[in-house]
Amino acid sequence: MSSAAAKKPRPKYLSLSALLFEIRLPAPAWVSGLHRLSGALLFFPFAAWLLYLLDTSLASEQGYNHVRSYLSMPLAKLGLLVFIWAYAHHFCAGIRFLFLDLNKGIDLPQARMTSYIVFAASILLTLFFGWRIW
Amino acid sequence: MVKRIVVGAHYGLGSWLAQRITAVIIAVYSVILLVMFMTGRPISYGVWRDLFSQGWMRVATLVVAVAVAWHAWVGVRDIVMDYAKHDGLRLGLEVITLLVLAGYLGWTVQILWR
Repeated sequence: MSSAAAKKPRPKYLSLSALLFEIRLPAPAWVSGLHRLSGALLFFPFAAWLLYLLDTSLASEQGYNHVRSYLSMPLAKLGLLVFIWAYAHHFCAGIRFLFLDLNKGIDLPQARMTSYIVFAASILLTLFFGWRIW
Repeated sequence: MVKRIVVGAHYGLGSWLAQRITAVIIAVYSVILLVMFMTGRPISYGVWRDLFSQGWMRVATLVVAVAVAWHAWVGVRDIVMDYAKHDGLRLGLEVITLLVLAGYLGWTVQILWR
């Protein structure tokens, strides 16, 4: 046992501020956590919302126009933006996980770099498609 | 080289594999659809309706919907198993998840073959 570990006061009681500000998760942990969060959001409510939009827009021309005007409302666009981010992050992080499963990019520097690439790519995709729909 | 059996008692590995395979199917469909929308004619009701009135598009979309449901089942079940420690609560959440996914699939069929 190293002496540095022995000197630390144990047990360490965590306050809320410690959880929020002291403990910093590494980038790959954020990719993983957000992959889970975005997946949960896509399962509900976004899958139901998309099915509703597909249903209404395919039912009739009137329904299609209704969906178009509905999606031009700022709140609906905001929802669409969150959906785009969730899909983009889930997509990019998912591809990273597929490569990790193949033992590609598992060294720490690479794993960190690909994590930042996932964040950047999903934000850029969100900005691009957000700009396209706005 | 480890021999991996993906059926029988090691069904966890089967689920894991199914989630990866369905992920690839969903990703390919998403990219194809996106490229079609960005390079094709501007979307109007006619273009939209004609796209989903074609047999191959309906079948492809249904196949992907099944892949999404399968993928989501493995993923949501993982989340439920991690956070819902009480057996009854976990079982209840898993049943609700299955019902929701079955509902989504039924709705998808209804939309595609109206």
